[in-house]
Amino acid sequence: MNPAISANELAKWFGEGDLKTYAVNDVTFEAYFGEILFIVGPSGSGKTTLLSIVSGILRPNSGTVVIDNVDIWKLEPDQIAQFRLNKVGFVFQDYHLFPRLTTAENVAIPLILMKKDWDESIREATRYLEIVGLGNKVQLPPVKLSGGEQQRVAIARALVSQPDILIFDEPTASLDGDTGRRVMEFVKTNVLNDKRCILIVTHDSRIFEYADRIMKMEDGRVVGIEKGASH
Amino acid sequence: MKGILRIAFKLLVNDKGKYAALLVGITFAVFLMVQMTSIFSGILMKSSSTVINLGAQVWVMDPAVNNVASSIPMPDYVLDTVRSIDGVKYAVPLYSGAALVKLRNGIFQSVTVVGLDDNSLFGHPELVEGKIEDIYAENAFIVVEDAEIRKLGYPTVGTDFELNDHRGVIVGIARVAASGLFGIPTLYTTYSKAIQYIPSTRFTISYILVEPKSSDAIPHIQQQVKRLGYEALTKDEFMQKIANYYKYQTGLGTNILIMTVVSFLVGFSVSGQTFYTFILENLEKFGALKAIGAKGSELVYMILFQAMFTAMIGYGLGVGLCTLIITIAKLRIPDYSANITYTTLGFAFFMVLIIAGISSYIGIRKVLKIEPFDIFRG
Ligand SMILES: Nc1ncnc2c1ncn2[C@@H]1O[C@H](COP(=O)(O)OP(=O)(O)OP(=O)(O)O)[C@@H](O)[C@H]1O
Ligand SMILES: [Mg+2]
Repeated sequence: MNPAISANELAKWFGEGDLKTYAVNDVTFEAYFGEILFIVGPSGSGKTTLLSIVSGILRPNSGTVVIDNVDIWKLEPDQIAQFRLNKVGFVFQDYHLFPRLTTAENVAIPLILMKKDWDESIREATRYLEIVGLGNKVQLPPVKLSGGEQQRVAIARALVSQPDILIFDEPTASLDGDTGRRVMEFVKTNVLNDKRCILIVTHDSRIFEYADRIMKMEDGRVVGIEKGASH
Repeated sequence: MKGILRIAFKLLVNDKGKYAALLVGITFAVFLMVQMTSIFSGILMKSSSTVINLGAQVWVMDPAVNNVASSIPMPDYVLDTVRSIDGVKYAVPLYSGAALVKLRNGIFQSVTVVGLDDNSLFGHPELVEGKIEDIYAENAFIVVEDAEIRKLGYPTVGTDFELNDHRGVIVGIARVAASGLFGIPTLYTTYSKAIQYIPSTRFTISYILVEPKSSDAIPHIQQQVKRLGYEALTKDEFMQKIANYYKYQTGLGTNILIMTVVSFLVGFSVSGQTFYTFILENLEKFGALKAIGAKGSELVYMILFQAMFTAMIGYGLGVGLCTLIITIAKLRIPDYSANITYTTLGFAFFMVLIIAGISSYIGIRKVLKIEPFDIFRG
């Protein structure tokens, strides 16, 4: 099977000289279409850093990331931005929704950045809000929604451009256990498909059951990959 | 591109409080800048009204003259000499002085009397009533119909009055391009009548108006007049000299300049600060846009658009408000000297562009500096 993401000998350090610390150190792994790959590990072990490198947000000091036969870190900055726009959907930990826009406008942003027609983008965004169960909230500003609902708006925004790769950082950190499980249930049944690869960084052991594989990190290194509970 | 500008627009105007503060800042700055500079240009225009109205190309005067009203009389030989200068087509004397008029109802009113050359009536105003030849009649005066005419009780042809104990009668009503600064009515008569009616010093010529054969002759004329110890200025040079007098020697210009700078600074700090907070508040969101895949240039366009849009609306409001107030003021106060010129508008526009430019520059720097990684890490 062709991997969705193929990361090779990635390294990222911060600081110089005595202060030089490796956030990611010699990491090699592959992620596949149709799977949910969890990245777990103690705080400071390099999970967010690794996620940023493979999603085209943070340039590594060495190593390669190949997605769709392209070595993404060989691209120009604007091309990398374009790559993120077309291929990757992000759900940030604190969502980063625009409080002054409606939920539909928030969700439409990736399409608008893709230079799609405004009305068409809003229609498409509304459709995705319906998919995440918020069809009746399209005109509201995000601040009028609950935490779980905002999370779903963020998911709709990540999905609207139909990306191959979905990136979640701590998706359930600010949700209660039930809501967290419901979000994961939704991701598992409605978001995952065999043309899609989902990477999730989490501390939350309550949701480990939704993982296909779990990759453990410590001190910037991968210390093991095991099959998740859903296998 | 249209889509992201629409997003930018919504981010801006949906933040009603800040948007209002931005507009107030810019509107205020524009209003004050336009108001100040308009009053100044109004005063300058009025101070040069005689020069504008008479329309002579070259004015000969004593070098110490710094505004039209305070002319220094010149002896007759200067006129003769000027007439003999090469390149002079003709040269005529002009009298300009003040007199006291006693109206029929016993009220006194000071006036400016302009005495035109008897032979040519050079520089005479356009009449809306009466015939210009009537100016030669006994006691004849032509009154200018401007904001000040009411001070003479709206005279008509045939109205008579006393002027320095002589009888005067209105034979015509004239219209001129610019009215005077000092808020007193203007009467035109002939040079000979003016010096007869108004007590004067030994010398009587206030100015010599020169028509050169061609504009190429002007430098030579100026040179020759200078040899006489007098000064020949073109219309523009004279107006500039008057303007400089009001700008630099009366404190008026400096004060207006200070006020304009203060208005700019206040408007700039209000709008600049508000825009900066606006950007700071949205900074993480801009970072998220970057992470999602917005290019740096797109974020730059968004911010430029927001700054320019606000600036233009604020400019429009400021200019509109200013026009409204000046119009109202002119209805109530006929002498109100404010004159919105293209220069004034252009100046305020330029200052607003500076405000928008600096504000967006600071915003753009901030936004370009944020790392999506930092947003991602939370
Ligand atoms: N911009 C930075 N400058 C300096 N050090 C950094 C920077 N970003 C990350 N680090 C360091 O890199 C290491 C890995 O950070 P990272 O955020 O990837 O950890 P993490 O596994 O996501 O932790 P957490 O579970 O707390 O989110 C940490 O030691 C962190 O201090
Ligand atoms: Mg992290």
